[in-house]
Amino acid sequence: MTRRLFAFLALLLLPCLAAAQDRVVNVYNWSDYIDPYVVQRFTRETGIRVRYDVYDSLETLEGKLSAGRSGYDIIVPTSEPSFARLLRAGALSPIDRARIPNWRNLDPTLMARVAEIDPGNRHGAIYLWGTVGLGLRLDRIKAIAPDLALDGFDVLLKPENAARLARCGIMVMDSPTDVLPSVLRWAGRDPNAHSLEDLRVAEQALMGIRRHVRAVLPSGSILDALANGEACVALTYSGDVIQAQARAKEAGRGVEIGYVAPRQGAQLWFDMLAIPADAPNKDAAYDFINFLLRPDVMAGITNHVRYPNAVPASLSAVDAAVREDRNVYPDEAMLAASFVASTPPRDIERARSRLWSRFKAGR
Amino acid sequence: MGDGIGGAAFRVIRRGILLAPLWAWLLMLVAAPVLILGVMAFATPSDGVPPFTLGLRFAAFAMLVEDFYYAEALLAALRLAATTAGLCLLIAYPMALGMAGVRPAWRLPLLALLMLPFWTGFLLRLGAWIGLLRDEGLVNHLLRGLGITDEPLALLYTEGAMLAGMVHAYLPFAVLPLFTALIRLDPALLEAAADLGARPARLFFSVTLPLALPAAAAGFLLVFIPAAGEFVIPELLGPPEAQVIGRVLWQEFFQNRDWPLAAALALALLALLILPIRWFQRLGAGV
Repeated sequence: MTRRLFAFLALLLLPCLAAAQDRVVNVYNWSDYIDPYVVQRFTRETGIRVRYDVYDSLETLEGKLSAGRSGYDIIVPTSEPSFARLLRAGALSPIDRARIPNWRNLDPTLMARVAEIDPGNRHGAIYLWGTVGLGLRLDRIKAIAPDLALDGFDVLLKPENAARLARCGIMVMDSPTDVLPSVLRWAGRDPNAHSLEDLRVAEQALMGIRRHVRAVLPSGSILDALANGEACVALTYSGDVIQAQARAKEAGRGVEIGYVAPRQGAQLWFDMLAIPADAPNKDAAYDFINFLLRPDVMAGITNHVRYPNAVPASLSAVDAAVREDRNVYPDEAMLAASFVASTPPRDIERARSRLWSRFKAGR
Repeated sequence: MGDGIGGAAFRVIRRGILLAPLWAWLLMLVAAPVLILGVMAFATPSDGVPPFTLGLRFAAFAMLVEDFYYAEALLAALRLAATTAGLCLLIAYPMALGMAGVRPAWRLPLLALLMLPFWTGFLLRLGAWIGLLRDEGLVNHLLRGLGITDEPLALLYTEGAMLAGMVHAYLPFAVLPLFTALIRLDPALLEAAADLGARPARLFFSVTLPLALPAAAAGFLLVFIPAAGEFVIPELLGPPEAQVIGRVLWQEFFQNRDWPLAAALALALLALLILPIRWFQRLGAGV
């Protein structure tokens, strides 16, 4: 709820700051995923008014774009599945890099990983990125299962562990594309092999813990649940756990949150700055992307939302506590072990979503 | 005026003008959407904007029949809708009886009280349920404070939470038709029955209940029909295994981006809902 409130407040503030200007950029981003001050600064420096709108699931974003004429100039789809899918659908505009001088600030190794999806990086720049892992409520887990080693996905995926922690709330984010690859990796399978047999392995692993899972929710709701202390174990995005951690600390009610990335190698994801093919204000969109890729601006965003960015020059201005947090910025070894999920063929995709429905339905 | 050919024509035109808004409503908001769904259901899903290509393909309907998942979701939705409507009637009947029994001057304030919660947003009221039922919520704090439990009870994301939310959301739809029928009940009928020796229980079962039966059926249906397609309440309060048709529709549309299948599913739900409506029409005509 707090997230929505923040987003709502941000929306309320924006119009007062930039009245009576004719240049506009329509931004559609994840909720609570920017430093609101950055948006004000952009308007002050460029005179371009920002209409800022938020979504809390990729489904909402894709649903709007699939209907056509969404009216947005900037969208922030996640590399897999949405960015890849929109790319295939021809829904994204190629980006003219000459219009974005700050493009050179982008980390070439990270961009190379996105190039597996978008050859030549023609349609998007990395905004923020992260891993998929487990948010843990450490104070409760220590009380219930003091001997449990909290070092990887065994905490969730071994049925005996899940059974012990079920009482204090196990949650899984409602996104097969973000959950199944990590489950396969845990089971020692190649997450990108896309075979029916692998899917059966993943299904078995998930069904083994199904009755211990309290809720399967969108990631935004999981963040709230973690911060409130409702969830003991939550499979979700790294940055959401770290935000929940900070929020729980602020609330000061003894809720202690930690993040654990899978030992076998975490799934990496990238949220991409992209321009819809039918964007009405492409010029303003270029200016907005260029502004976001400035090191000082990016540092402000990372400090605020605690997700790593892809502009290495911003690091010196990122708070040491955020920069040195290995859960925010994984170390070399973790990065080397990490993987990027690829798009399965259509029949596997359907089998996968059916598996997911069965997992949710518990049958 | 009023006689001859001119008068008849005038009446036809006047009736046409009076019915025009109704026809416009039916065409734009009932016929057109169903037509669009029909066209979409026979299309082929594809990567694109919009995510389908037109055609004449029966695969979406075949899938609905072959995969029991959809039939189960339809059944789950009908079960949830029937339970909700039944519970609503059980609660609404005494409420409506009470409201109809008071002095007429009191009726309007009571009606206002019934509607008052609905001045707050729907999502806000669901948010309140979440606040009440969560582990760190009001109910669990109370139970622990009173020493009844030491561990928080899992209340949220259960069948019970979902039913509470459903009944809360749809209750007025059951109360209003019953209330309207009960205040119109002719007191002379009750007096006559009482004069003939009927006790209060007999009065209720032999006079009040049958006379208000069409209203009860209307209340049941007014709850049942929207409840069958409900998506938000099971999503926010229900357990993950409550895969009702509303949630499955959402999954097909947004998660799987199979718009043809979603359209076919929506049509199937529509067809299923026609049956109870027909049943209601028969009941209304019979009494």
